[in-house]
Amino acid sequence: MSRPRTLRIDRITCTGQGLCAELLPELIALDEWGYPVLKDRTVPDRLRTHARRAVAACPRLALHSDRGRP
Amino acid sequence: MTLLALTGGPLWYASRAGGTLTLILLTATVALGIASGGRAVPRGVGRFEIGLLHRNLSLLTLVFLAVHVVTAVLDPFVHLGWAVAVVPFGASYRPLWLGLGTAALDLLLAVLVTSALRRRLGVRRWKAVHWLAYAAWPLALFHSAGTGTDTRLPLQLWLYAGCLGAVVAAVWWRLAKAGPGRVPGRLVAAVAATAVPVVLGAFLATGPLQPGWAQRAAATTVLLGGGR
Repeated sequence: MSRPRTLRIDRITCTGQGLCAELLPELIALDEWGYPVLKDRTVPDRLRTHARRAVAACPRLALHSDRGRP
Repeated sequence: MTLLALTGGPLWYASRAGGTLTLILLTATVALGIASGGRAVPRGVGRFEIGLLHRNLSLLTLVFLAVHVVTAVLDPFVHLGWAVAVVPFGASYRPLWLGLGTAALDLLLAVLVTSALRRRLGVRRWKAVHWLAYAAWPLALFHSAGTGTDTRLPLQLWLYAGCLGAVVAAVWWRLAKAGPGRVPGRLVAAVAATAVPVVLGAFLATGPLQPGWAQRAAATTVLLGGGR
């Protein structure tokens, strides 16, 4: 497969809308105020499509998927 | 039942139907966008589903908008050129009121392009352009009321009232759910949500619902010093 991808949350931009946790519950949980917490930054190959959808769904563009390992 | 004005060819019907459907879809898109932008959490439906619905409805809006514009330009009755599709206020037919629709189309195209490129632009620049959609909706509504040949039909008036009610209700619902802060923005939203129905009602009563609107609509641009 291609190079691994790593999730990153822009804490300044994030307003805790919570769409990412709905689309990628395997890797993203929400804290008690609704802000995302990454359970695992590395995206496994089987979740790549779901991660891409979660990144695209963020209304604040605060979720990023970077190339490479953390 | 309402008696439809049975004149004109298929293109003219397609253009009118396309325009009306575009208004309904745009209204649904804008109302969803307003209602889902706040902090309120919907019950029974995911936030991502509302986000996807907002996106898909907006794309469907543009499809019907394309049908509306292409059929209007191709229709031999009004003799519009292709430039009318993107350059506002230059049309030979009801220049001001058709120009509002063209301006709305330009704004929606800007919203489309910036949304497609939002990852490159960044959230600030993308949102700055995205707010133009709030301007596009009243422009589309006044374009419908001023240009639409169906404006006098009771069903069409009920449709406009429904569109207006949906967006105004969405604004008030969002304001009711909003937390503290951003007072200027909320005041502007409240004033706009009150002003648009009042202005549209006054415009309909004095303009399209009075006899002789067709002649006056054709001459409006001269009064404002625009047009050709």
